[in-house]
Amino acid sequence: MDNKKLKNLKKQQEYTSYVNQKIPKPNYLKNCIWAFVVGGLICVLGQYINNFLEDKGLSKNEIATATPVILIFLGSFFTGLGVYDKLGKLAGAGSIVPITGYANSIVSPAMEFKREGYIFGVGAKMFILAGPVLVYGIGSSVVIGLIYYFLVL
Amino acid sequence: MATKRMGKQTVKFEKPPSIIGTSSVVGLKEGEGPLREYFDTILTDDLYGEKSWELAESKMLREAVKTAVQKSDFNITDMNYMFSGDLLNQLMSTSFAARDLKIPFFGLYGACSTMAEALSLGAMSIDGGYADNVVAVTSSHFCSAERQYRFPLELGNQRALSAQWTVTGAGAAILSNINTGPKITHITTGKVIDLGIKDVNNMGAAMAPAAMDTIVTHFQDTGFSADSYDLIVTGDLGAIGKEILEELVLDKGYNLNNVYNDCGLLIFDNNVQDTHAGGSGCGCSATVFCGYIYKKLMEKTYNKVLLVSTGALLSTTSAQQGQSIPSIAHAITIINDTV
Repeated sequence: MDNKKLKNLKKQQEYTSYVNQKIPKPNYLKNCIWAFVVGGLICVLGQYINNFLEDKGLSKNEIATATPVILIFLGSFFTGLGVYDKLGKLAGAGSIVPITGYANSIVSPAMEFKREGYIFGVGAKMFILAGPVLVYGIGSSVVIGLIYYFLVL
Repeated sequence: MATKRMGKQTVKFEKPPSIIGTSSVVGLKEGEGPLREYFDTILTDDLYGEKSWELAESKMLREAVKTAVQKSDFNITDMNYMFSGDLLNQLMSTSFAARDLKIPFFGLYGACSTMAEALSLGAMSIDGGYADNVVAVTSSHFCSAERQYRFPLELGNQRALSAQWTVTGAGAAILSNINTGPKITHITTGKVIDLGIKDVNNMGAAMAPAAMDTIVTHFQDTGFSADSYDLIVTGDLGAIGKEILEELVLDKGYNLNNVYNDCGLLIFDNNVQDTHAGGSGCGCSATVFCGYIYKKLMEKTYNKVLLVSTGALLSTTSAQQGQSIPSIAHAITIINDTV
């Protein structure tokens, strides 16, 4: 690298660290409390649905299918009503990590790109945010599965 | 030999073109902001009766042109050129509006600096004797910008504190060689400056060095200083960019403090309206200039204004490829007749 490029790079590094001091810091404690409470409440709701279905006499396997289905429906429903994004603004990861957040990440682009049609809009853009989660989620489960297979061999 | 140039990057007009009329259309949120009484039209619905955000933005731009032409006692056919741009891919809002308006059209992309770019080129074509009347207009829409550059509206995510809020609005200004109203006397065209900022949530910091370069060059070229102006206003640096610009300019031996403000901070009340670092977008400096500043010029509250629209020339592709944000700023001097 010649001198001029090096000088330029140094100037950029200096400016970046100067700018970093100017960026306001979020209130981590407040954000954590919100995420904990909202994320916790969504889990409590899941447990309640779980217990309710058990009371109704569903088998363990049936409950394991029905509970996420209901939560995904609720996440999608409240995204459609325009409520989930407001919850997400307060709760952050608290409402993103549970399965309802996953529903939100699929339904919100589907709604947004409806105007481009059902094929190239809804169909193509629906997984624009959830797609990477699927790719690496499924990918890593295959890797872990292989490791497990060879460990117990 | 160009006779109207001074210094490195500045043009001084021989017969300064007048800004004889302006108009502004803004969205709901802007209509609740501190400048609400200065805008001509405030939408009651962000779709403006259209089928999509993009078409709504296009309609805002078209209506802004029509209203500005009307207020200047002209017909659309009197306009020799339309200098115009927006933030969308291939200038969708602008081109669609130009299709209906049928004014000879130059489409411009300078990101959020487009308003000053359009005014600069419009003023040059009038002083050059290539046009009698031109219209300079730009637009942006929060919803169309979010879907192109960021996330779906209904996604439950948290915005960074340094992020800015794209203004929903369009501003149009009619320039003419008729001798009435505030005049554009100088323009300083900026260079692309990039100090390596990659954070798309902190565009104010990316653009501040470009604004500094243009303002300092303007002072050097013209011999003006902050004392020569009643108001120096940048386009959309926001709270963080504004603070950085003040320090960068001070570092170069100039002072802006008493007369300096930013359109992105004027248009919203950040604490009440939850707009984080302030407004941004092509519509930001366009509506603040065409609404607030122009009216203050007409009332003679301000007599000498330096408008410095700032643009972050990134794209979704460049950001995803990990490139830094190239930025630009264009300055125009607007002076009242009597001064």
